[in-house]
Formats: sequence, C-alpha cells, structure tokens
Amino acid sequence: MCGIAGIFDPLKREIPSRHTLHRMINAMAHRGPDERGFHSDADGGLAHARLSIIDLASGQQPMSNEDGSVWVTFNGEIFNYVELREDLLAKGHAMRTHSDTEVIVHAYEDKGPACVEDFNGDFAFAIIDKRRGQLMLARDRMGVRPVYYAISNGVLVFASEVKAILQYPGIRAELDPIGLDQSFTFWFPLAPRTIFKNIFELPPGHILIAGASGISTRRYWDLRFPMAAGDSTVWPHDEKEVAEELESLLLDATKIRLRADVPVGAYLSGGLDSSAVTALIRLCKSSKLRTFSVGFESPEFDESQYQQEVVRALKTDHQSILCTNKNIADVFPDVIRHTERPILRTAPAPLYRLAQFVRENGFKVVLTGEGADEIFAGYDIFKETKVRRFWARQPGSAWRPRLLRRLYPYLAGLNAQPQAYLQAFFKIGLDKPMDPFFSHLPRWHMTSRLKTFFSPELRRSLDGYNAVEELRGKLPPEYKDWHWLSQAQYLEAGHLLPGYILSSQGDRVSMAHAVEGRFPFLDHRVVEFAGRIPPRLKLRGLDEKHILRRAVGRHLPASIADRRKQPYRAPDSQCFFGKDAPEYVEELLSSRTIAESGYFDPSAVEKLVQKCRQQEVVGFRDNMSLVGILSVQLLDRQFVRHESMPEPQVNLTASIHEDGIKS
Amino acid sequence: MSLQIEPAVRQFVQEKLLFGDKSASFNDETSFLDSGMIDSTGVLELVVFLESKFSIRIADEEVVPENLDSVSRIAKYVGAKLNSSTKV
Repeated sequence: MCGIAGIFDPLKREIPSRHTLHRMINAMAHRGPDERGFHSDADGGLAHARLSIIDLASGQQPMSNEDGSVWVTFNGEIFNYVELREDLLAKGHAMRTHSDTEVIVHAYEDKGPACVEDFNGDFAFAIIDKRRGQLMLARDRMGVRPVYYAISNGVLVFASEVKAILQYPGIRAELDPIGLDQSFTFWFPLAPRTIFKNIFELPPGHILIAGASGISTRRYWDLRFPMAAGDSTVWPHDEKEVAEELESLLLDATKIRLRADVPVGAYLSGGLDSSAVTALIRLCKSSKLRTFSVGFESPEFDESQYQQEVVRALKTDHQSILCTNKNIADVFPDVIRHTERPILRTAPAPLYRLAQFVRENGFKVVLTGEGADEIFAGYDIFKETKVRRFWARQPGSAWRPRLLRRLYPYLAGLNAQPQAYLQAFFKIGLDKPMDPFFSHLPRWHMTSRLKTFFSPELRRSLDGYNAVEELRGKLPPEYKDWHWLSQAQYLEAGHLLPGYILSSQGDRVSMAHAVEGRFPFLDHRVVEFAGRIPPRLKLRGLDEKHILRRAVGRHLPASIADRRKQPYRAPDSQCFFGKDAPEYVEELLSSRTIAESGYFDPSAVEKLVQKCRQQEVVGFRDNMSLVGILSVQLLDRQFVRHESMPEPQVNLTASIHEDGIKS
Repeated sequence: MSLQIEPAVRQFVQEKLLFGDKSASFNDETSFLDSGMIDSTGVLELVVFLESKFSIRIADEEVVPENLDSVSRIAKYVGAKLNSSTKV
C-alpha cells in the first residue's frame, strides 16, 4: 500500500523532471513512509512511496521486467498474486522477487491491458510500455484505491491524491461549481469529475490508455444484476445452498486478504459486518487477533457494549479509542486535507483518529466489514424503499405508511414525528414508483436543500444545472430492467461506495496514517455472487442482509447475528461550537471569510451559525449544511489559497531508489 | 389577531428555515413540506417556536399539515387557538 505518481508525455517532448516527481511523491509521503522510488527517462516518469507489506526486502518500486521495457508503479494489493505467480512461472516468466508487483509486470507482458481482469484485489497502478510507447492506468473494480489525473499541455500527470498533482508546474486548484452541486446532492462528485476543475478521477473498474493516438478510458468491469423478470429462474438453488456457497466464498475472500508479511488486525464496530469478518478471520487462523474500535462520549453514537460482546465471544485482543467532540473539531482540517472533497457529515473524523491509533499500535493492515451493506442490502434506504413501494400501491392506505415507524428506531428526532409528518417526508416520488431513482429521490431532495446557502454568483454559474438528470444519463442500459432493489443497490454500491464510503471514510483517512484497509465483502467474486442472489433473499420482509445472517450467523453470538442495522454515525455540528471549539471555525464561517471565498451567501451562513449555536438539537439538514460549508471553506483555504497548508512531510529515514538502484 | 401572527411566522420561516434566501418563491400559501423547506426536525422547531411565541400549547394530535403547513394555515390555527383561550 502506497502512493503512486507519474508524468507521461505521449509525444515524448522532454524527459519528465525528477524534481517534480520528488515533489509529487513527497506531498503524499504519509501513504508510503517506508521507501521512495523513481524512474524517469524519455519514455516517461514514475514515482512511488512505499508502505512495505509484502516481500519487505525486494518489493521496491518502480519495478521493471527483465529487459526494462515494462515499468510499473503500483498502489494496493493483488490478493491472488500467489496463484497468478505460479501460472506465470509455468508459462516461463522469470521472477526476481516474491512480490505482487512483479506479477503485474509479467501478467501485463502476457496479456497487455487485459491482464487487469485476472487480478483479484484493490489496486491502482501505472505501467509504461516502452515498446508500444504507451502508458496504462488501471483502477480496481469497486474503487478501493484512488488515482487522479490531469492533462497539462498534452502531458498526462497522475497520482494517488490530488495534492500530488498540484505540485506539477502550472496546475492550480480551483473548485468546480458542478462538482459542488453534485456534492450537495449525492454527497460526492460523479466520477470522473472531482471537486477540482480539470482534475479527474479514473472511475472504478476503468483503465486509461495514453499513447501517440491520444488518451482514452474504458470500463472493464461493472456491477451486474439479473433482469427482474427472470428473478425466479436465475437461481436454481434453495436458500440453504446459497448460504453455504456464500460462506465458503467469504472464507476464501478473507483467507487471501490475510496474506501479508506484517501483522494483520481488524476493525470491530459491534455490528454484524465487522463481527462477521472477525469471525471469518478466526476460522482462517488460530493465532492471536488484535481488533480495534472507536467509541464516543454520547450513548447515541457509542457501540462499546456490542463490541465487548463480540470480543468476549471471539476472544480477540481488543483496544478502543475514545473520540470526543473536541477531537472531531480539532482534526477536521486535517481530515479535509486528506478527503480532498467536501463532506456533509463528520463521520470520517473518528475513523481518521482510529487509523492513527492502529498505526500507533504498530499495525499497517486491518480487515473491515466495509461493503456488506451495499452488496447484501443492509442500509435503511432499501427497507425505506420497500415500505414506500408497498404504500405507493395503495396510497390511500392508513396503515401501510405506519411501517415507516419501524425503519429508524435509533433516530429519536425522527420518531418523535407525528405520523402525518413522517408520511409527508417519505411521500416524495410516491406517485412515480417506476422512476429509476424512486429509492433515492427523498434523500437527494433533502440534501439538495443545502443549496439554499449557495451564493448568487455560484447559482449563476450553475445556470439551472441538474445533477440528478446527469446521473440519469450515466446509468447502464440494463438498469431499467433490474429489480428495484438491484437498482437501489447499484446507486449505493456503484456510486456512494466509491464516492464517499471507500474514499472519504476509507482510503483517504486510513492512508493518512499509512494504514491499509482490506474488505472481504468487496472481493469481486463475492460481489458478483451477491449480484446474482435473488432480492428476496437479501431483504426478506424487513430483515436486512438476510442471506448474510444465514451464511455466517452461526459463528456469532446470537445477539450480534440478530442485531438490526445501526448505521455508523458521529456527532456533527455540536463539535464546532461551545467553549472547546477551535478558533478556525469562527474564522472560516465569519461573514468576511465566506464573502471572500464566494461559494456561499454570508448572511444565510450567519443565520445558520446562530441557529446551530443556540439550539440544543440540530436537525439533519442544518447539520449537513454546517459540516458541508465548513469543509468547502477548508478546501478553499488549504487547496485553492494554499494557506495554513502544512509543508509536505518528508520522512528522511526512508531510503530512496532511483531507477531501481538504491542511493 | 391574524395580522400579528403572520408577520411573526413569516419572519421565523425566513430566518430559521430559509436562512434569508430571497430567491425562494415563498408566499403565505406555500406548503412547507412540498417545497422541502422543513426537514424532519423542522416541524418540531416550528412547534416550539409557536408555543413560546404565542404562549399556547399544541397537542400532539394537532401537529398535522392541515394546521401547520403554510403561513396562512398557521395563522388560522393559531388565531383560533388564541381566540378560544381568551374566551375561556
């Protein structure tokens, strides 16, 4: 796990500057504190910051094949490298190391860009192919590892994080109005768009090829679901068989994710998913297992009680760190420096603290339960959609909407609602049950209200832009024929997962402390299998992740296996006010600063700040508004204006390799 | 009586729900729900505001859109409430 960067001029006009490559990699030194490496010549430049996990002694990068015609810089893991290596050796490839990196080089020699389809893993890599005079960028199927790029005067500049691209002479950060509008609709910009103008994200499951004929991207993998009409015939097996097959797949997905030459730990939240992963690890290996969690001051958010239950049942060596409201406010600017996009909840901040804690305990790798809610239909939005659809069939029914009360037992504010109001909030789009976005319209509608705070200038530049319509145009052609649950799952797993969960709450906050997350539920074999499981086995009645409970429940304490979903949440606006509030909050939200940066209306923000300050309980929308505005202000300050942006930390103890030679 | 209620409610809506957004097309008949002006805690804020501003008590069963979903509905509902309490 590492940071990668590179510069490639398809026209080979000049040799990429080593100085610039050094600056780029140093800007991401946090991702790879163990070693740095560079390779640059007339065919292009690659750079690498290494977090050594596999083949510690000889896995240095950039790495080449025997004759130096293929060079790679790679971030992530190819978990099936052991099997691929055997295949390649059998075909006559000579390997110098036992690293997964070298497997990429030879698999590419063998199959060209199509090699990516053989890789089971979380990866972003670049390959310079000197014979073909081209560069290939590739990103894993689900979007676990990031890679961004920009094109400056015909030169392709890419890196794991935007901050590295901004080291390239002439590339400046400017916030993109459409990226802002999308973030204040969906919670993230729609890839390849980012929050920065002219800086792009390679979307999950895509490769990019740059060569003399230009720069192009193509998708090599996407989420697939069966046609709704064929639901009953697609799956011949009964529920028990499905559960058994799922269990054995999950065991293998876990087993190959324990491959590392350093100790591997796990996150344990106390919910079903991370408990299931912990139990699966226990089945794979008998040695001591270290687990980690984050706790909160308020019982509204804290899950310590459930964590302790799992710890006792599965006998792990567990440590927890308390994240206070003050901690959240204090680390928030650093969190935004790493997320490199606006966020509407503070939830990434406690995970940033947790990764720091894990690192302090000497761990570089953790397995987590990420992805289960998306692929097995665990989120409340799926149940909410089911109830709304049931209601839409008989809109006049008095008792059908009463099921809405069952959806959010943990949200006291929502449950205090009179029935008439509860119904009104979920009524949006009820007259359009066939709309492909039926599931998500209430959520997007509520989030879009945040745009009330946009300044008149920002609104003018948006000129009536409609983010939901843009997404409509990006859906795969088969989408309209899928079951409604599959459609909703596609929006979660194909968009929110890479756009927010795996990035702002995942890679960016854990790699800030050089901690690599691994996610057995996101093994593409598991994802593809889950895609084929009939919707009725995922969400049975209002029993979410039903098939997952069937597959792994027997390895867990009953109270955990039967526990209803409680989404991970953290305290929001209250962190930023009161006597412990850090100084930057007042300064960045002041009318003067808001007017200077220009994205929001100063008097509206002033009213919001007053309201959050005075009120004991702040609603969803006001919370999201405050966190969103503060994060945009921090992006402006740190990326656009380069103020209070700490100098890149360079670890001087890391050894440096130039063109494969240690210096 | 309603003349005093309406400006106070309008001001509450402007300051606390719209945050002064002048571009929002909002009149006394605009539905708070349909326009997305209030979220799930917004109605509770509205109830607390009305109770403290007009010294009334709003029973749970009265918290329905028929009474509270626009400035004019609130004016009518609160007006009736104030009238009945002065008569007693």
